[in-house]
Amino acid sequence: MTYAIDVQNVEKKYGSFTALAGISLRVEQGEFFALLGPNGAGKTTLISILAGLTRADAGTLQVMGHDVVADYQAARRALGIVPQEIVFDPFFSVRETLQFQAGYFGIARTPALDSWIDELLAKLSLTDKADKNMRQLSGGMKRRVLVAQALVHRPPVIVLDEPTAGVDVELRQTLWGFIRELNAKGHTILLTTHYLEEAQQLCSRIAMMKLGRIVAMDTTEHLLSAFSERVLRVKLVAELPTSLLALRIRQEGINENSWHTFSIHDYNEVEILLSRIREAGATITNLEVTEPELEEVFVKIMNQGDSVPNATEQSIYPRGINP
Amino acid sequence: MIGFQTLLKKEVLRFWKVAFQTVAAPVLTAMLYLLIFAHVMANSTAAFPGINYEQFLIPGLAMMSMLQNAFANTSSSLIQSKITGNILFILLPPLTPWNFYGAYVLAAVIRGLAVGLGVFAVGIFIAHVPTHNIVWILVFAVLGCAMMAALGVIAGLWADRFDQIAAFQNFIIMPLTFLSGVFYSIHSLPDFWQRLSHFNPFFYMIDGFRYGFFGKSDVSVWLSLAVTAGAFLCLSAVTLSLLKSGYKLRQ
Repeated sequence: MTYAIDVQNVEKKYGSFTALAGISLRVEQGEFFALLGPNGAGKTTLISILAGLTRADAGTLQVMGHDVVADYQAARRALGIVPQEIVFDPFFSVRETLQFQAGYFGIARTPALDSWIDELLAKLSLTDKADKNMRQLSGGMKRRVLVAQALVHRPPVIVLDEPTAGVDVELRQTLWGFIRELNAKGHTILLTTHYLEEAQQLCSRIAMMKLGRIVAMDTTEHLLSAFSERVLRVKLVAELPTSLLALRIRQEGINENSWHTFSIHDYNEVEILLSRIREAGATITNLEVTEPELEEVFVKIMNQGDSVPNATEQSIYPRGINP
Repeated sequence: MIGFQTLLKKEVLRFWKVAFQTVAAPVLTAMLYLLIFAHVMANSTAAFPGINYEQFLIPGLAMMSMLQNAFANTSSSLIQSKITGNILFILLPPLTPWNFYGAYVLAAVIRGLAVGLGVFAVGIFIAHVPTHNIVWILVFAVLGCAMMAALGVIAGLWADRFDQIAAFQNFIIMPLTFLSGVFYSIHSLPDFWQRLSHFNPFFYMIDGFRYGFFGKSDVSVWLSLAVTAGAFLCLSAVTLSLLKSGYKLRQ
């Protein structure tokens, strides 16, 4: 099977700074994959090399089986990139921008292209801006155009580099609705973002990068269960009865204002815990159940740094794939 | 092919949408040179027998404007795209170095020719310029513009800031064009300067171009053709190798 993205042992240095210290990852066709990491982790460098904007010092990269250097034309046709920075050509309108971008990819001006451009404009709520010059658009609108530009040649693999940085709620919802739809139709999505809840909701698999290395890579579900947990938190009128101390995993705050946290695996345990609290004679003033959060996983992994046990080696291939 | 055509169209529209600045302004400048020099030099000896100074000046001025504008088109387009970041839009698609080179150079030739035509359109109201051989006129016009366009691509790739392009224009292109015999025949120069002019490739472009109008030139038209074509081929080879290597574009 051909991987949507296949990156093997990629290294990149800028002078003495190591941007990528030997990255390997494979993204299957149809996956919604997140690449996470703090600023300077090497995410954008990796995307730039994939797009042919930067050249790797070592290693190989393929998009839909096409080498990004040796077979760059086919690789670029298969790839749609939404860049992190807002850039635009001030000489042209939104529609002209999209027509030119399609042309650069070798797509002739046909009624089919025109209707695809109309569809893109409609999906991204840009229809009424189609004939406006790019300079007249707000930052959020320009970002929508960048998304449309990345999709105008219908690439099977779509890379979004922090597409929602500084973007309002409306665009986020429009954008994710559309990207989900494309993913459902079989497009592979690679996303980088600092909004971890977006990655958690959208992506089936996640790689975390730090200092040019992949420090964790697994399905979202596995990462959440391995590094985070579902908890029940309660506030009581008085101190926690001593009979329950052994079950408590942590306490935040002091005395009556403390939150007492208990680990729970399924919701039946909520009922059991609550009845034990009641039996011990304590009165609950506040209560919440918190689901595992990617943010917690991220912070833990970043703090552990490179010492995550075999995360890279174990999960370099998607689950169920025998390399 | 569609990629090349699209990039060409985009590059042509880029200057055409601001044609007042990119075509009309250089025509006006050339017209001012023509009016002032023709007035001041009215009594000077003709460079070639039977040709007055105004007639002599018009083709030279046209060629100078064409060369400067062909250079300006590629260099300013590239530096603008690099600084604003929208060069990304042509780096992401599967365009080849040849597509890139061809589209940029051809668009600059079109701008150069548009400016040249503009200068002639104004010039015919001032003096009658004969046409000796239209083929030579076109060959030197196209080759000269293409050579300068390729040089503009090199400058645009190399420069990181607008002032570097301005320096290139003011310290290299302007002196070379002004000292190429636009305003005088090099035979009117002292011996030393005359010999020095032979090292200026712009001299051959203007001399060959002028031959197309008058059938007379300072040096053989074939020598001018060889120098112009040679310079064009050398600069094109450098441009293509820079584009293939990704110099300052893909690093």
